[in-house]
Amino acid sequence: MLAQLTQNSVPVELPQYSLAGLSPLIILAVGAFLLIMVRSVVKRLPATAERFATIAVGPATVLVAWIVGGLVGDEMPLANVQSDVGTLWFALLFALVLVVAGLFVSTMRAGFDAIFTSGTGLVALAAIAELWNDHHRAAWPAEFGERPVGLLGNPVTAIDDQFSFDGFSLVMAGVILSAVVLCALLLDEYLRRERIDGPEMYVLMMLSAAGGVVMAGAGDLIVLFLGLETLSISVYIMAALHVRRSESLEAGLKYFVLGAFSSAFLLYGMALVYGATGSLNLHEIRLHLASVVILKDAMLLAGLAMMLVGLGFKVAAVPFHTWTPDVYQGAPTPVVAFMASAVKAAGFAALVRVFVVTFGPSLNDTGFLAGDYRLDWQPAVFVLAVLTLLVGAVLAIVQRDVKRMLAYSSISHAGFILVGVQAASARGTAAVVFYVAAYAFMVIGTFGVLTVVSGPGDRKTSLDDLDGLAARRPALALALTIFLLAQAGVPLTTGFVAKFEIIGAAVEARSFWLAVIAMVSAVVSAFLYLRIVLSVYLGSPADDSEISEGPAERVHPAAGLAIGIALAVTIGFGLIPGPIDQLATEAIPQLFASG
Amino acid sequence: MELTNDWYLVLSVAMFVIGAVGLLVRRNPLVMFMCVELMLNAVNVSFVSLGTELNDVSGQIAVFFVLVVAAVEVVVGLALVVAINRRRADATADDISVLRG
Repeated sequence: MLAQLTQNSVPVELPQYSLAGLSPLIILAVGAFLLIMVRSVVKRLPATAERFATIAVGPATVLVAWIVGGLVGDEMPLANVQSDVGTLWFALLFALVLVVAGLFVSTMRAGFDAIFTSGTGLVALAAIAELWNDHHRAAWPAEFGERPVGLLGNPVTAIDDQFSFDGFSLVMAGVILSAVVLCALLLDEYLRRERIDGPEMYVLMMLSAAGGVVMAGAGDLIVLFLGLETLSISVYIMAALHVRRSESLEAGLKYFVLGAFSSAFLLYGMALVYGATGSLNLHEIRLHLASVVILKDAMLLAGLAMMLVGLGFKVAAVPFHTWTPDVYQGAPTPVVAFMASAVKAAGFAALVRVFVVTFGPSLNDTGFLAGDYRLDWQPAVFVLAVLTLLVGAVLAIVQRDVKRMLAYSSISHAGFILVGVQAASARGTAAVVFYVAAYAFMVIGTFGVLTVVSGPGDRKTSLDDLDGLAARRPALALALTIFLLAQAGVPLTTGFVAKFEIIGAAVEARSFWLAVIAMVSAVVSAFLYLRIVLSVYLGSPADDSEISEGPAERVHPAAGLAIGIALAVTIGFGLIPGPIDQLATEAIPQLFASG
Repeated sequence: MELTNDWYLVLSVAMFVIGAVGLLVRRNPLVMFMCVELMLNAVNVSFVSLGTELNDVSGQIAVFFVLVVAAVEVVVGLALVVAINRRRADATADDISVLRG
């Protein structure tokens, strides 16, 4: 095994998980199902019993997380377990955090649905942490001594290579699940305010996250497609779920039509790749490319191009971005937070898994570099990244609606992440993971503040509506400012570290022009964020009637908790980026272990 | 003229292009859904013919998954159209334009 790892070639047989590997997925699906079932019972209970049920979700979460941890742990066929002490301590700590958080949230008058969804997300996160622990032990047993940084070993697969689990898929799934936890807290008060309270949104969000987790770990093109569709179809409905607002319906329809269009492209690309390589399985495609010279080169190229179009739509890369501003403006604000964090993370996970890993460099049995198809797609991603960076930053400035502005800004962030994908190196992939994780928390925080500020009907989202926010809600204004500065890449926030890593990776990959353009784009978008901040602090409300509507901007404790967590992550890991950096480095797929 | 596998691929490309162009040109949401179906079925044709050519069963199996997903997409799409038409009859894609920058 040591020889295999250090030689870093593609093994023909990958180690297999039992069902435990799928536990995050199963937890989300069961959670979604249970929420529908339990909810109808809970709602019939008297009010005090309902409160009690809500409070009980916290301890129940801890209990289930503990049991799941026990079930998932040590399921690895490779596991070379010395002792479970580390896991036990981890579980204890986790349980303590959950008890405190559960009691805290439960006393804040949050609804049953939101707490249940957050709990499910936390249990799935616990399963992921356990898998991560296992993977560490299995990939580098203690007798090998100190584990080299970034060497996590080959992916462990489940269901006959249909899913592959490595550091990369686990971290990406972790980001998606964190988004579920935070967005559930944001949705709670929002749904009640908009009078569309019900379990639908939460169920769809959990199903969507399940799709995202599948995408992050897909080992087969068809599995990738199924994950993408599960993710997207749920989000189409979530975008349109505010059925009394015509903007919401319109956003849903636009997202649906363009999303279906793009999945058809993705699927056609998959068919062509299948025709060129003779397999739909990513692992087999890699083996094939490493050992055989492809004759149907045109078919492979066309397939790669069409898959790039399909995934480009999902991550909103220019010129496939046209749906983004409309959908972000029209969809319910907490749903936008979910789209910008989880959907984007899943999209980039798929991009990395297909392009960087499968069509990246690999060594064949004899240890020679073979099947390096990077040159086939890197130029295309280069062009996409340049366009995305520039168009996103420039068009953001001319908008008047804050949600539209942030939509364009999310496009330019996608450009940044594409720069990391284009590098197609170990460092580039680590930078992608870091950026995706950091951006998820920033953007959830930003849209979290907007959820509170936009008021009933999501109507107050123009730049003028933010005028004088600092005078009315100083704390909220400060939080928004910090999130926007983090997005701009100001030092001492995760945004700065993320941008730094991306540009470092681009320079290392000798894509100097891309690095320059990324920096120019960062400067241009800084203007946009400062414009919003100026309006928050220096603008004066257009008329006094805004102020008299005071209670509209009340921060509900659950939403406040979500914003607070996002803020703590953004600043905390901005000051001490070490832990996330370490996580991102260890999440590099095995392929790049030797750089 | 012999009907080789390549002709099925040509058919598939033709179907896909008709679907894609139709989706971009037509304004009726229902026709747009039909165009998406056409594109997905074009993929099915190429999966089947490539699977036959490669003598590999996974291409044929992929078709089942695509069919299921296509059905699910139509369910969601029609639900959206119904929801929009409840608010406003005879909506075409041009009428649905509250959102613009």
